[in-house]
Amino acid sequence: MNSIFSGTRLRDMIRSIRACKTAAEERGVVRKECADIRASINENDPHDRHRNLAKLMFIHMLGYPTHFGQMECLKLIASPGFPEKRIGYLGLMLLLDERQEVLMLVTNSLKQDLNHTNQYVVGLALCALGNICSAEMARDLAPEVERLIQFRDPNIRKKAALCSTRIVRKVPDLAENFINAASSLLKEKHHGVLITGVQLCYELCTINDEALEYFRKKCTEGLIKTLRDITNSAYQPEYDVAGITDPFLHIRLLKLLRVLGHGDADASDLMTDILAQVATKTESNKNAGNAVLYECVETIMAIEDTSSLRVLAINILGRFLSNRDNNIRYVALNMLMKAIAFDDQAVQRHRVTILECVKDPDASIRKRALELVSLLVNENNVKQLTKELIDYLEISDEDFKEDLSAKICSIVEKFSPEKIWYIDQMLKVLSEAGKLVKDDVWHALIVVISNASELHGYTVRALYKAVLTYSEQETLVRVAIWCIGEYGDLLVNNVGMLGIEDPITVTESDAVDVVEDAITRHNSDMTTKAMALVALLKLSSRFPSISERIKDIIVKQKGSLLLEMQQRAIEFNSIVDRHKNIRSSLVERMPVLDEATFNVRRAGSLPASVSTMAKPSVSIPNGVAAAPLVDLLDLGSDDIMAAPSSSGADFLQDLLGVDLGSSSAQSGASPGPKAGADLLMDILSIGTPSPAQNNTSSVDLLSTAGINNNPSNALDTLSSPAPPHIATSASAGGMFDLLDGLSPSPSKEATNGPAYPPIVAYESSTLKIEFTFSKPSGNPQETNVQATFINLSPDTFTDFIFQAAVPKFLQLHLDPASSNTLPASGNITQNLRVTNSQHGKKSLVMRMRIGYKLNGKDVLEEGQINNFPRGL
Amino acid sequence: SNLSLQIRFILLQNRQGKTRLAKYYVPLEESEKHKVEYEVHRLVVNRDSKFTNFVEFRTHKVIYRRYAGLFFSLCVDITDNELAYLECIHLFVEILDHFFSNVCELDLVFNFHKVYLILDEFILAGELQETSKRAIIERMSELEKLE
Repeated sequence: MNSIFSGTRLRDMIRSIRACKTAAEERGVVRKECADIRASINENDPHDRHRNLAKLMFIHMLGYPTHFGQMECLKLIASPGFPEKRIGYLGLMLLLDERQEVLMLVTNSLKQDLNHTNQYVVGLALCALGNICSAEMARDLAPEVERLIQFRDPNIRKKAALCSTRIVRKVPDLAENFINAASSLLKEKHHGVLITGVQLCYELCTINDEALEYFRKKCTEGLIKTLRDITNSAYQPEYDVAGITDPFLHIRLLKLLRVLGHGDADASDLMTDILAQVATKTESNKNAGNAVLYECVETIMAIEDTSSLRVLAINILGRFLSNRDNNIRYVALNMLMKAIAFDDQAVQRHRVTILECVKDPDASIRKRALELVSLLVNENNVKQLTKELIDYLEISDEDFKEDLSAKICSIVEKFSPEKIWYIDQMLKVLSEAGKLVKDDVWHALIVVISNASELHGYTVRALYKAVLTYSEQETLVRVAIWCIGEYGDLLVNNVGMLGIEDPITVTESDAVDVVEDAITRHNSDMTTKAMALVALLKLSSRFPSISERIKDIIVKQKGSLLLEMQQRAIEFNSIVDRHKNIRSSLVERMPVLDEATFNVRRAGSLPASVSTMAKPSVSIPNGVAAAPLVDLLDLGSDDIMAAPSSSGADFLQDLLGVDLGSSSAQSGASPGPKAGADLLMDILSIGTPSPAQNNTSSVDLLSTAGINNNPSNALDTLSSPAPPHIATSASAGGMFDLLDGLSPSPSKEATNGPAYPPIVAYESSTLKIEFTFSKPSGNPQETNVQATFINLSPDTFTDFIFQAAVPKFLQLHLDPASSNTLPASGNITQNLRVTNSQHGKKSLVMRMRIGYKLNGKDVLEEGQINNFPRGL
Repeated sequence: SNLSLQIRFILLQNRQGKTRLAKYYVPLEESEKHKVEYEVHRLVVNRDSKFTNFVEFRTHKVIYRRYAGLFFSLCVDITDNELAYLECIHLFVEILDHFFSNVCELDLVFNFHKVYLILDEFILAGELQETSKRAIIERMSELEKLE
């Protein structure tokens, strides 16, 4: 075979690929080309290598695999000619990277080429090395590269400098070797060499303290002079960009000075003049100038304090904020956030401009501006700022409203000077963006309202008025309903009028209208409706004259399709109808909710880490917090309103206290099954003999009534039909033995009622479990189960432990097992007592987990037992 | 923490997402590279011109600018000077424009290897190698003579 069929030219191949109309067509062309190239490679003809590799590179750029061409790179690199080497190195850089072992094979060629007499070849080698060398290659060839830093040709010096940058990145130990060579580069006049030298020094300073010390001591002044020269230099067309001579060099010099000045007062001192000069003299009407100014500001911020420079820097940023170019505004906002740490005052001066940026059309600028504003809030400016933000809230984009309202709420909570102002602002926010406000925010509002007894009248009146206008803001409606329920009497009698108020006429019927409307409106959610029912119950006591009407509304909800509403309606109606004597004390004014405790709960973590002084602005609401506020009067309600908390301690506490109701009120996202399974694992974990109840890590959160209504979404993900009630037995005894003192003596026969057939509850290759059943006398809901565990393996089981979990409608008690050692083919027994509260309606079901040691290894077996006989 | 500030990769892509140039200064698997190119394209192609030229990309950021139908994207450290890289992109475009005499996308397609060679004179190891357009063009002519 000769090279008559040398295939298409590169241009032709590109053309034919571009002419393809479909992906399949393109694949076909590429396949053919690759086949030709492979064939050509196999012939080992050097003539076509160059073109083959060029084609392969193009094909690679299209996204096709081209590994078979890697060796061609090597062959080309090893060729004597420049064009071959050039394309060989190019291919190398494109088709390989430092992680590939093939690359090592190039080391020798590289070494030779670094020593080549043709400096253009040297350049090729430096380029390839600098772009993709591995740590090993770096180490091998470092001496060569170091030498080349002082080569006669500036092009080589530049490349060697940058190649060295990569070498020291890969092998930081080698940094010392380059210090001297690098510092000599700083004296260069050639811009290209200078900038690469500066970059090398920067790299050395960041990875090696000795280098940093050296350059700081020996080179700071020289660098300052260089920067001054270039700042003052006459127009140089070759390097000019928008009136600045080589802005890139400016920027690199500033970066290096930053590293040298940071943490060192003397070095910083030396630089202040030049920094001031750059800051004041640089033209800022074009991006190039602003890029330099930006770098200058960064440097000023990083070096040791000279407050006049800092003020200068912040003023530059302030000017940036008014620049039409949104890139400039964006970088300014970023920097100002850092600047606040140094000089809050200086940044405060630009508050107005920053506020304007909150209204910027660009979403990322708005976001940053909002962050920045919230960092600027203090007691003095909070009222003004809040007013501006709320004014903007009314006109802002929907997608921004959520962030904005959340920020306003957190600002208001943190800095509110007086309760009435806080309430006013919150009402405004809820009226504008109530739908978007998170639960912890309106819960906090209710806590504050409850604590501001002198404002109860004012608040309920304000809420009443607001809810008439903004009835679609769910959160506002909820807060209003709660207040009307609590303080309805104050509302209709204009009690507690403040000087600023005008009296309003609200009849009892008007007030009930609002509450009724919340129930009947089709887009009210469960929480709102449920809260409305509670409010009605309260009002039936507070407004005796229209008690009948209220009763009618409640009665109507008995037929609600929502189970929660039905239940409440029935219970409340029962109170209204038949328990009038206790009703008024039931619905007495709510005791003031303790703010300190609320804050603790709200922070969601162990009390030690929470300060109860200021309300912490917390992002994730702890499910606990919801409970005391809304459910104190919930008679047996299982309404779940808060979003789930995500800490493990809460899950445990959820499990312990939970009395879960219907799942219709689930809110928030459930964690994935993994979290749930892990949690169950923890509780059922082998080797923790004490049951979950003994876990004390969440002790504080377990106090008082709060626990009962927390979602435990982790449990939703288990496959059992309803969340399980966990019981474990400690084979070592523990709590149950002390309390029960029962010895395991199951009766094998049924004493009362029908006999139930035994079942094989579980069987694996090593273990079999059989259950036999009996009913103790008297109680059809109770079943005694004797479990027999049979070792099917030829070796002994030790440390055997059986654990089980059952759904909520069952209660399970385990007696200790007869032993926790099972010899081969032997067995042990263990008694279980199951109480089925849904006896006759639901069958028994159980998840179990068994652990034991077999031949020194831990074994875990799990399963679900679904084959209990019916009727147990 | 690594304070090293360098360019991590440079991409030239057209509006359809076709890659016209992809230079990586950090090692990435081929499949990762494709993912990166796909993601960056998605990020930049739909951004309104009223938005900034900087987008957060994973733990870094991408500075980009559109020239006619081509997006030039640079991935840099999140703390680095965005405005400087905008200048960098512009200089590269000017160099290409000069080299190809009013460059258009087709020039870059049929001469892709030259584009890489030019880039290799402009940036090395993720750092700026030369800031003079003239110097780079001259160098390219010298090298062409050796071909």
